[in-house]
Amino acid sequence: MKKLLSILAVSVFAFSANAGTLDDVKNRGFLKCGVTTGLAGFAAPDDSGEWTGLDADMCRAVAVAVFGDRSKVEFITTTGKSRFPTLASGEVDMLARNTTWTISRDVNLGFEFVGVNFYDGQGFMIPSSLGVSSATELDGATVCIQTGTTTELNLADFFRLNGLSYEALPIETNDEGKENLFAGRCDVYTTDASGLSSTRAAAADPSKWLVLPEIISKEPLGPLVRHGDHQWGDVVRWSLNAMIIAEELGVTSENVDASKSSNIPEVLRLLGVEGSYGEMLELSSDWAYQIIKQIGNYSESYEANVGPDTPLEIGRGLNALWTQGGILYAPPFR
Amino acid sequence: MNEIIESRKPPVATTGILGWLRANLFSNWVNSIISLFVLYILIQFIPWILNWTIFAADFKYNFNGEEIIDRTMCSRVLDPENGGACWAIIYVRFYQFMYGFYPREEVWRVNLSYIMLAVAVVPLLFDDFPFRKHFLKFTYAFPIIAFFLLNGGLGLQEVSTNKWGGLLVTLVLGCTGIALAFPLGIILALGRRSNLPVISMMCTLFIEFIRGVPLITLLFFGMVMLPLFLPEGINMDGLARVLVAVTLFQSAYMAEVIRGGLQAIPQGQYEAARSIGLSYWQMNMKIVLPQAIRISIPSIVNTSIGLFKDTTLVIIVGLLDLLGIGRGALADTTWLGLAYEVYFFVALVFFIFTFAMSRYSLYLEKKLKTGINIGAD
Amino acid sequence: MRSNLSFFSDEKFRSIFFQTLVIGIFALGIYLIVQTTGHNLEKRNIATGWRFLSDPAGFDISFSPFIDFKSTDTHLDVYFVGIFNTLLVSFCGCIAATILGFLIGIVRLSSNWLLSRVAYVYVEFTRNVPLLLQIILWYSILIQLPRIKQALELMDMFFISNRGIYSPRPIFENGFSFVFIAFILALISSFILRKWSKKRQDETGKQFPVALTALGLLIIVPLVLFFILGSPLSFDFPALKGFNFKGGMVIRPEFIAMFLALTIYTAAFISETVRSGILSVTKGQREASSSLGLKKSWIMRLVIIPQALRVIIPPLTSQYLNLTKNSSLGIAVGYADLVHGFGGISLNQTGQAIECMVIVMATYLTISLIISAFMNIYNKSIQFKEK
Repeated sequence: MKKLLSILAVSVFAFSANAGTLDDVKNRGFLKCGVTTGLAGFAAPDDSGEWTGLDADMCRAVAVAVFGDRSKVEFITTTGKSRFPTLASGEVDMLARNTTWTISRDVNLGFEFVGVNFYDGQGFMIPSSLGVSSATELDGATVCIQTGTTTELNLADFFRLNGLSYEALPIETNDEGKENLFAGRCDVYTTDASGLSSTRAAAADPSKWLVLPEIISKEPLGPLVRHGDHQWGDVVRWSLNAMIIAEELGVTSENVDASKSSNIPEVLRLLGVEGSYGEMLELSSDWAYQIIKQIGNYSESYEANVGPDTPLEIGRGLNALWTQGGILYAPPFR
Repeated sequence: MNEIIESRKPPVATTGILGWLRANLFSNWVNSIISLFVLYILIQFIPWILNWTIFAADFKYNFNGEEIIDRTMCSRVLDPENGGACWAIIYVRFYQFMYGFYPREEVWRVNLSYIMLAVAVVPLLFDDFPFRKHFLKFTYAFPIIAFFLLNGGLGLQEVSTNKWGGLLVTLVLGCTGIALAFPLGIILALGRRSNLPVISMMCTLFIEFIRGVPLITLLFFGMVMLPLFLPEGINMDGLARVLVAVTLFQSAYMAEVIRGGLQAIPQGQYEAARSIGLSYWQMNMKIVLPQAIRISIPSIVNTSIGLFKDTTLVIIVGLLDLLGIGRGALADTTWLGLAYEVYFFVALVFFIFTFAMSRYSLYLEKKLKTGINIGAD
Repeated sequence: MRSNLSFFSDEKFRSIFFQTLVIGIFALGIYLIVQTTGHNLEKRNIATGWRFLSDPAGFDISFSPFIDFKSTDTHLDVYFVGIFNTLLVSFCGCIAATILGFLIGIVRLSSNWLLSRVAYVYVEFTRNVPLLLQIILWYSILIQLPRIKQALELMDMFFISNRGIYSPRPIFENGFSFVFIAFILALISSFILRKWSKKRQDETGKQFPVALTALGLLIIVPLVLFFILGSPLSFDFPALKGFNFKGGMVIRPEFIAMFLALTIYTAAFISETVRSGILSVTKGQREASSSLGLKKSWIMRLVIIPQALRVIIPPLTSQYLNLTKNSSLGIAVGYADLVHGFGGISLNQTGQAIECMVIVMATYLTISLIISAFMNIYNKSIQFKEK
């Protein structure tokens, strides 16, 4: 009976020893990663219940780095409201939930953003029949807006700055926003441009919808961990960086085996052939090789989930490498 | 002059179908107009709803005989004039509606739990169930068995609650909430009626507090505040936190219902129990509670119906119950715009459960009225 | 050992001992929670306190019929907007649900078989489907209404679209206050009239047409004054300008969905209490009053309902409480009530979870207590006055 009770207690309360998160994850045998309840292209379950998307790949990459197995991850859905308490309480090890990196979240809420996996900005989407070509013509419009985010503050600022009036309709989820816009309950839907693309892709006839050129804010979205556990922060940070560096070096999931005999020193360091970077991170030496092998480099993940060939049709734009006109830039692997 | 008058038949109109119609539908001209009006509306409405839900509806194939894999293949999208409901969205996502994201190779565990739930609950509900005593032993053991079966451990692969969803979450929340709230409710009810002022006051405060705030604030409390109350290094599962909130909520309502039952027990029962030397607990456990609970069961079932419906609120804190899975399916670009089908289906599932429960409570009420007779003297 | 035992068998001692123990455990629990919470808050860098209430909110709320809310207003203003919206939908819902509930309850006992069956089906369906689902369903029906550009028009004054129902807004000009005062005076005199006529009936048995006279007083006096003063009232008509209707008044679909769902759901429960209340009045009462020669409608109004009310009021009170608490589901359709506005958006923007939730819970408790208190007073006033 005692044994039963103790198992019950362990299952209900998860006791985490005060060791580092990395050790906790290793002992547990899988990674707990907080994601959205469903945003196409970033993290959403498909018909068979498999999580796919850019953020989902981020989670899988960390799982691969730690365990060498992309399935050793558990996705935990969080709402805009519950995401921060969930991370702070230790219920998840990391959050990859298209979360904007801001000073207050980084400093005041006690989290650490380890990088940016998508550069976004807040935009507006309207029906093309509205005959509007700029956000400054939206005086008097009804605007649907998702709450619990930075977008509602940006929106209020933008309209106040331009001396425009508007009616805000605050809604709780992206799905409601979609429904309301398509039904004509609001004229404009505002959220991150990537979200708009995904909404537009969901429309019965995407050509009837227009994303306005104005981007009214900076929204660097990235994975975050709890403040203070630098070892774990490093693992997540370099899992992301490894994917970006792999793209810079032209290493893909296809040619990663062949690249092991490459003559470029950085490739050899990345794939664990030379150096002992895996050891420094307390990971296996081929951790980055496994990420590229099982998930792909950043470009592959991007093209598969949000790129021009997907329903979202988001061009690389800011998210192109710094060598190709974007601002995606990873510190050197040495 | 001395003819015998033949006995006449009763007027036709008070017997038979016509008589019934006259008595119940056309007793005067106001009633007749109302009846005709209602009849007209029903004639318009019923065929339409039957047609939409069944005759013109797609289940797996559309009217061309193709298997439906997205919304554009639904008859009602292809032909808005004649097409009925497109149940394919339910068909394709049926697994998620029933089990959420539970691993497919482990799903036998959920099915087994569903079956065991039925075996555990049915004998509990009916007094005259054969071998009831033996079955009840299983009923008491069921929560522990189900816990390990669903959650894993003891040799079974662990399936975290984050993968649970759909009907599974709805049933887990409903059943666990009711099962845990029952003993808690009894303690609170006894506490509120206690002679000890401190205990009675604390129980009263707790009950009135919980009953005074909406469930959703308690859910937010469980989701956002509870983690702050726990010592560092300990954290609770999301589902467990919601269960805490749901159980506290339900226990307060349960307590009031049981208190009502306790009040109905005549003072003589207490005095008799005391006079044969029973202690407070003996008196309550052996004499008072069995009677009080028995008469309050119909109301307990009614509050349980309320809780069962209220479990839908967990979608607001991010858990995917039956309604949550439905909304998720609607958000999928392949199924956009089939809201009525999804809501109809979810409503139907809830209706089946709650209607059955309310019928059961009516059956009990009837049985109680004719059956036992407490302290009639 | 012996003395110890006798101590425990002493009821007085035992009672004090247990109560002290309970208080001790309770206090310890509170202390531990406060300690860990303080520690957790400190570790997570979450500042506590009420200062955030006076910070500017930074976001907009459009549905605020009583307070003109701007994004530069404070979180405290968000709180007031939330309270007003919660009370508005609860108040309208309670009144409509009572009317509908009484109607359905009486219809269910109607001698018309078809009608009572329809009422039965209504009650079973609405009672057994989760309220949240009903709210979402009503909303998804409402936003299928015509778009703003194709709004349905009634007499060029009312417009129905999926952004709400637009109607003319009355503008009260100088002098309208006299009309209003006249109305109040008429109201007061009708009350006095009713008392007087009742007294007269008790004494002499003569009846006075109170209802008709009161109606006349209430309508004709203010109306005459209104025209004497030269109609000091004009209307602001809604007109489609740009993206939306400008001017006029508007009822939003979020409000309508909440109102409809709450009313229809609660009315089903109220109808059940009304039905059992009416059934609780013994058959003898009905028979006695019809043998006195009372009309059927009089029996209901003068004999049955007053007695049934005594049974109906207590459960009706708890239905009002339920409706008020259920109005917190506005979050599902974006109705900016207390939970959605203050407990949701403000909480998210400030991160002050504990403070916001404490305020929201305390507010609901206060509202619940006030409703209970009022209904208790009413309940006392209609109970049997045994002489």
